[in-house]
Amino acid sequence: MALITCRDLVLGYEDGPIVENLNFTLNRGEFLCIIGENGSGKTTLMKTILGLLKPYSGEVLFGDGLKQEQIGYLPQQTLVQKDFPASVEEVVLSGRQNHLGRHFFYQKEDHEIAKKNMEKLQISDLRKKSYRHLSGGQQQRVLLARALCATEDLLVLDEPVTGLDAQITKIMYDTIRSLNKEGMTIIMISHDVDMALQLATHILSFEDTHFFGTKQQYLSYREKNRGKAA
Amino acid sequence: MDIILNYLQYPFVRYALIVGVLISLCSSLLGVLLVLKRYSYIGDGLSHVAFGAMAISAVLHMTDQKMFVILPLTVAAAVILLKKGRNAKIQGDAKIAMISVSSLALGYLLMNRFSASANVSADVCSTLFGSTSILTLTKGEVWLCVILSLLVVLMYVLLYPRIFAVTFDEDFARASGMNTDLYNLLIAVITAVIIVLAMNLVGSLLISALVIFPSITAMLVCHDFRSVTILSAVTSVSCALVGMLVAIVFGTPVGSTIVMCDLIVFTIVYVISLFKGKGR
Repeated sequence: MALITCRDLVLGYEDGPIVENLNFTLNRGEFLCIIGENGSGKTTLMKTILGLLKPYSGEVLFGDGLKQEQIGYLPQQTLVQKDFPASVEEVVLSGRQNHLGRHFFYQKEDHEIAKKNMEKLQISDLRKKSYRHLSGGQQQRVLLARALCATEDLLVLDEPVTGLDAQITKIMYDTIRSLNKEGMTIIMISHDVDMALQLATHILSFEDTHFFGTKQQYLSYREKNRGKAA
Repeated sequence: MDIILNYLQYPFVRYALIVGVLISLCSSLLGVLLVLKRYSYIGDGLSHVAFGAMAISAVLHMTDQKMFVILPLTVAAAVILLKKGRNAKIQGDAKIAMISVSSLALGYLLMNRFSASANVSADVCSTLFGSTSILTLTKGEVWLCVILSLLVVLMYVLLYPRIFAVTFDEDFARASGMNTDLYNLLIAVITAVIIVLAMNLVGSLLISALVIFPSITAMLVCHDFRSVTILSAVTSVSCALVGMLVAIVFGTPVGSTIVMCDLIVFTIVYVISLFKGKGR
């Protein structure tokens, strides 16, 4: 069964729908890039998948052992976080919050998983450093490590390279690519269509009407539309 | 020292110290959350509501059971203030200011018109600045204070990982299945409770100082959440203790003395951090 199935999804706020009749499925190990202009419904879709917003109508189904609250979410940074007094370790560990269950405090296993993910993203030496003293790229790695702590199956990345310089952007993309190679399913919102085409196996585009398909399907769809325009 | 020991023989002084320590502990814990969530001003707003509520209780001749009037009204105001409406017609900061000045005006109006006491200005002054009410607590009030403060501390400790998660990143916490609305409500209710309790200590105009100063001071020194929380609590409790003792020995108003202590500690730490910052 697919990890995520969106069925007849209509997205929007009180004023009316933004996106209608959205249908797609995503299987384990796939990499979906969501592209489109601001306000086209990318973020709304992402928030609906995460359960932060209710769909206008239609439904998002989870399968293959995935639960909605066990998605690893990499949000865009908020102003509050930029100068938040917390150590890297504290932030990464807070990703295990969805595994607390009936416990009040984090268990040994949670600490081990946090440690493992800090090693994976090469931020172990920053462990005791304060989050607010890190560079933008380092902060983003910390938040990615936190997202990894929350999930074993699916990462949702909201414009993961916003505000990073070219070199750090490349490192970030390499990290994301290697996570996907290791079997992590990824949904990424991106402005950068070229990069999306390099990384993704599937594309969901909100350009004029929405389109969902594999990368090859998207390329021929785009080609056809160009032909029409010309 | 002898003078202090001498004073400690009086039960009302001991009560005052116990209550003062507990209130300053709770307010500093909460302060860290409110400051980080950019809600610093809420303490101030709510304290004015509590002032209005106290006036209402006086009009209703319920001064003995005043907590039953003040607590629910302040809790209700806290819930309204912390509720984040995306489509709110009135912005958050304006909402706080409006509720707080209205309560203040209503409170004074009621006290002025209906007060049973001969000296209205003194009543108003003592409600606003606390003056001596910490030294005139009844045994019942002391117990209420002790129980509520211990509850707050207990909740804070037990829910610490969740509190951190929701303060650092509310969307992430919600996406990982946490009922963040419930936590925000809990924080609102606790804030209201602490503020009502703190009115006894420093009066309603000065409560924000107890909420804000210790956590800001701690954030200048410490760089992770746990140390900020601990240092904030330590600073707040020591300032309250020193402030109360100074007030008792020198006969200064309790609330203002405590706030001055907080200000002095903050200033010292701030100046030191400036020099340290230059050295880096």
